Amino acid sequence: MQTLRNIYWLGTKELRSFFRDWVLLGLVIYSFSLAIVAQAQSNAQELHNASLAVVDEDHSELSGRLARAFLPPYFLPAVPVAQGDVDRLMNTGAYTFILDIPPNFQRDLLAGRRPVLQFNVDATAMMQAGIGSGYAQQILADEIAKFLTRQDQPSPVLVGQAVRIAFNPNLVTAWFTSVMGIIGSITMLSIILAGAAVVREREHGTVEHLLVMPVTPFEIAMAKIWANSLIIAGAVWLSLVFVVQRLLAIPIEGSIPLFMCGVAIYLFFATSIGIFLATIARTMPQLGLIYLLVAVPLNLLSGGNTPLESMPPFLRTLMQASPSTHFVAIAQAILYRGAGFDIVWPRFVAMAAIGAIFLALALWRFRSVSTQSA
Amino acid sequence: MNSDAASPVVRLLHLRHDYGRTRALDGLTLDIPSGCMVGLVGPDGVGKSTLLGLIAGAKALRDGGIEVLGGDIGDARFRDETCHRIAYMPQGLGKNLYPDLTVAENIRFFSRLYGQGRAEGMARAAQLMRDVGLASFAGRPANKLSGGMKQKLGLCCALIHDPELLILDEPTTGVDPLSRRQFWDLVDRMRQTAQAVGEGQSGAQKMSVIVATAYMEEAERFDFLIVLNAGKILATGAPAAIKAQTGAASIEDAFIALLPQEERGRASKLVIPPRGDDGDGPVISARGLTRRFGDFTAVDHVDLDIERGEIFGFLGSNGCGKSTTMKMLTGLLPASEGSARLFGQTMEAGGMESRRRVGYMSQSFSLYSELTVQQNLDLHARLFQLPREEARARIEDLVARFGLEGHRYALAADLPLGIRQRLALAVALVHRPELLILDEPTSGVDPLARDEFWRLLIEQSRAHGVTIFISTHFMNEAARCDRISLMDSGRVLATGTPAELVKAKDAANLEDAFIAYLEEAGAGRGNTVAPEETVFPPSPEGARKTPWFSFRRMMAYTIREILELSRDPIRLGYALFGPALLLLVLGFGITTDVDSLTYAVLDRDNSFLSRAYASEIRGSAYFLEQSPIRDAEDLRARLKSGAVSATVEIPPGFGRDIKRGRPTEVSVWIDGAMPFRAETIHGYLAGVHQQFLADPAIRGMGAGSGSGAQALPASIETRFRYNQDFDSIYSMVPGAIALQLALIPAILMALAIVREKELGSITNLYVTPVSRLEFLLGKQLPYIALAFIDFLVMFLMAITIFKVPLKGGFGILALGALAYVAATTAYGMVVSAFTRTQIAALFGTVILTILPASMFSGLSTPASSVTGFGRVMGEFFPMTYFLPISVGAFTKGLGFADLSHYLALLSLFAPALILISLLLLRKQEK
Repeated sequence: MQTLRNIYWLGTKELRSFFRDWVLLGLVIYSFSLAIVAQAQSNAQELHNASLAVVDEDHSELSGRLARAFLPPYFLPAVPVAQGDVDRLMNTGAYTFILDIPPNFQRDLLAGRRPVLQFNVDATAMMQAGIGSGYAQQILADEIAKFLTRQDQPSPVLVGQAVRIAFNPNLVTAWFTSVMGIIGSITMLSIILAGAAVVREREHGTVEHLLVMPVTPFEIAMAKIWANSLIIAGAVWLSLVFVVQRLLAIPIEGSIPLFMCGVAIYLFFATSIGIFLATIARTMPQLGLIYLLVAVPLNLLSGGNTPLESMPPFLRTLMQASPSTHFVAIAQAILYRGAGFDIVWPRFVAMAAIGAIFLALALWRFRSVSTQSA
Repeated sequence: MNSDAASPVVRLLHLRHDYGRTRALDGLTLDIPSGCMVGLVGPDGVGKSTLLGLIAGAKALRDGGIEVLGGDIGDARFRDETCHRIAYMPQGLGKNLYPDLTVAENIRFFSRLYGQGRAEGMARAAQLMRDVGLASFAGRPANKLSGGMKQKLGLCCALIHDPELLILDEPTTGVDPLSRRQFWDLVDRMRQTAQAVGEGQSGAQKMSVIVATAYMEEAERFDFLIVLNAGKILATGAPAAIKAQTGAASIEDAFIALLPQEERGRASKLVIPPRGDDGDGPVISARGLTRRFGDFTAVDHVDLDIERGEIFGFLGSNGCGKSTTMKMLTGLLPASEGSARLFGQTMEAGGMESRRRVGYMSQSFSLYSELTVQQNLDLHARLFQLPREEARARIEDLVARFGLEGHRYALAADLPLGIRQRLALAVALVHRPELLILDEPTSGVDPLARDEFWRLLIEQSRAHGVTIFISTHFMNEAARCDRISLMDSGRVLATGTPAELVKAKDAANLEDAFIAYLEEAGAGRGNTVAPEETVFPPSPEGARKTPWFSFRRMMAYTIREILELSRDPIRLGYALFGPALLLLVLGFGITTDVDSLTYAVLDRDNSFLSRAYASEIRGSAYFLEQSPIRDAEDLRARLKSGAVSATVEIPPGFGRDIKRGRPTEVSVWIDGAMPFRAETIHGYLAGVHQQFLADPAIRGMGAGSGSGAQALPASIETRFRYNQDFDSIYSMVPGAIALQLALIPAILMALAIVREKELGSITNLYVTPVSRLEFLLGKQLPYIALAFIDFLVMFLMAITIFKVPLKGGFGILALGALAYVAATTAYGMVVSAFTRTQIAALFGTVILTILPASMFSGLSTPASSVTGFGRVMGEFFPMTYFLPISVGAFTKGLGFADLSHYLALLSLFAPALILISLLLLRKQEK
């Protein structure tokens, strides 16, 4: 009982300290508002403004049509270039795509000689090259077909493939990047917030003060965990409702309360690891350096940036030990697919268990380290 | 005192200096005579340090004028010439020293800063170390020195260039009395020596010394005193003259007599009533208490017995083990050996119960500075579980008794030091402890506030029977204790009442007694000074000239940076392994090649052709088939849980319809939760579908007409240039190398510069001849080298671990990397100009690097597709020009001829960024 009371009162102190620290407060506000909007509007994962050049050796009606067929926002207007410049332009990366239309292309086509269009792709621009070359093939084939049939309707397809996308019918990237942005911000901020709270006490010497009072390290750590978790959870909720749902007008399929439960468990882990890191670092700058090495991989490899499926198998297995991987899966299941507790509970358990391990580690180091500052 | 001193060494004219709204110096006008020891006395916070900083040229002059050594110190050119003639030791133990460097390395650093050659520097360093008795500690890091030794080392560093004016800001605060006495002897001797050398030259004069001190006793020995209070001069003149003027017996009394009437009111004589004995048994008892940190013994077999209601003092210098002993008594630190009992119990046995009986106040006053006075008191009452009613009454009582009423709702951070100290004591007393442990509670507080504080302590002891265990380095405070222990180097030298100790050594006062005890114990403490006659080799006249750029001064910073870095395992490890680790993460984790995609089939037809369709998908390298779907309900559930990323539903009659040439349709659902993955799956499945149609068996049935590649009248040949397999690792790894080289060198560089600002060693830039360019380049060189090593490591990793071959020229790649890391370190340098703390520098650099690096420089989107504001940002970020070099050399197989254009542009960055940092860096404190 007294333990709970101590945890509560120490936690209120954490909250007060946080709201007086303008830098951290600003960082939290920025990370859950502007940063989310910026990520939602970035289009790194879509085809956007791809640069394209055309070598037109045919100068026919069709070649002109082909060059004009590439439209914004997917492509920038095609730029005519000379055949001799192709290699140089590809080498310097001036264009990601260069279309080469051979001489007499239209004549050969009409004569049924099946001429060849050469489509050069700078394969070092992975994301754009991959999606763009598919789009380009489709555009070119359609344009040629239209030219050939003129008014005629293309013959109906006999065996079709009807593709529908579940949960995000138009594949709007912002749906994905906004929520993943929030998750990234949770990881990055909760670790540093909890870690900084510990280091700050040590640098100010107040932690010794606490330890000579009838307060246990467990109570001190738990107070930091709940207070900092509450701050982040509040920011997450506001960001989800006001930034994602209102400002960005992104529909959320599932239950926000269930998602917030997941956030709470994940924050328990993230703040525990923050406290643990703070017991390794002696000063704020050291904490910052160690933090980057831990938080960046946790974030990048969680499946929130690139699909887990693209990682080598050993790494995929390893990342199952990381709560951030489970959290990303939970977030996707609840928010996009509308999954319920019956589907996500095993991952809840996994996150809580790993969090408990780090809390135990942090407590184990907390007392021995916190007094060695002077 | 030199009466024939012609011109004053320093002349102040209507000098004023403000910090925000507080006025630190208020219109000082004064001539300070040359060739003598000048003392600047006054309590803390009256503007002593500000004045000395201004005279030394470390702080920028704002209002009024200062002439130093006959020239205007506000004039930058004059400052550059004169800094060879001035030495400045800022306040704080070892503030101008580098804690990780050894004694010899510290001295050599300063010698290089003054452009002394190797031979001269070595000779001077050896000479100085011998003079101050540090020769046997030449290899010891500065942070392992005692306070007294640190100050001697600081003096060595200040005297390396034979200054004419030596400025010392509280050089003896927190130093034990013996070291203090030795320090002053040393200064005297140095002045003699300097004169001996100077006699050969024209206009020979003793070195002028200006000293600030908070110890009024020390002031007696100076030739000339300036008494300062609240930014104003109260009196100047020889000590005897000042005492005569006020009719006081000591300088301290004279000072109080000189104070304005309203302030003097606070100063009434402190009376300590005698203590009644109760013989209750000791409250604290320690036997053989010992604490070791590694091979360093901080506390060495300390025995203590402290009676109830006693005020027991611990007297000793900074770092002698006082705090460590107190921490062991409170149970904060486990003892390596021996035992400590509080109230007759060991701390472990007493546990929470005995903690309730102890109040503790640590050196830093340990308050929550972001809480108000009321909130601080409240929080402590809660943690000690006082019942609410009682707590409220107790807090009211303390607020009234400690004079905190007017500050109740002020933040602790905003309180003046003296009030804060009272609050800290109130906080420690909230729960009515029987024992108070106070660790240097009065350091940094002026004498009047200190008396005020003692009044409260005495009341607690005498009226409430609270036992008080207090540590201090002030002699006059120790004299007020019932009993004291003299402590040095972890050992208790003597214990007794102040009077007993004085008597035992037959000394005039407590200070002399302490010195006698120290000398008795002192052998081997490094305090023995060889008083041999020393003559410095006269420095060659040439060294006095200030070239605009000196390679030697730059190397002083380079060498120091390398030494410091090699002793900071976290920063060094980070610099060496951080990029490699992150490259592993990025290289393995971030690829755009998606495979192992899970899917499942709902085959409602189960004909030969439907099975053929399913096996077509199974044959694809990208997919992993899961168990077949049972029905529509199962399909939805599995998509929802994320168990499969795609489902394929083959309609009933699929095979029959194809055979009869009737239209039919396969229905595909793709999980759109991750758009990029969905796009990829879409593409793969479309390919599989085409392949199915292209199968000769199917085509024969005429199903393929009108779709499929074979039916096209023209063929489109897509050539994936540079990367035929379209494997993302060939572009990701060269890109990740560029990213790492942008981020980590910039962070380390920014930290290196801001560290000096935060720790105060930036003062050496202000007051020594080193120029800003030498400072910046000197600090940058090691980081360029380190980053280039990082590049080589990552290059080898790319080739061996990631199997990304270098197809183009290594020469262009290496040159590009060199120009690039020079640019990125310079980028960190620019960021550092805007930040004051290391943590701000760290996050500032990360945020300002990650955004342009990942979004606008071609890493995720080709630079040619970036438009608008992003394009502008990209064009001013060095990575935009290194990325084509890295990718070009690795994957495109390009060489010099193709990439020289990028190299040329990249090379412009470093000079431009260094120029910007140069303009932003100040050679004086604001």
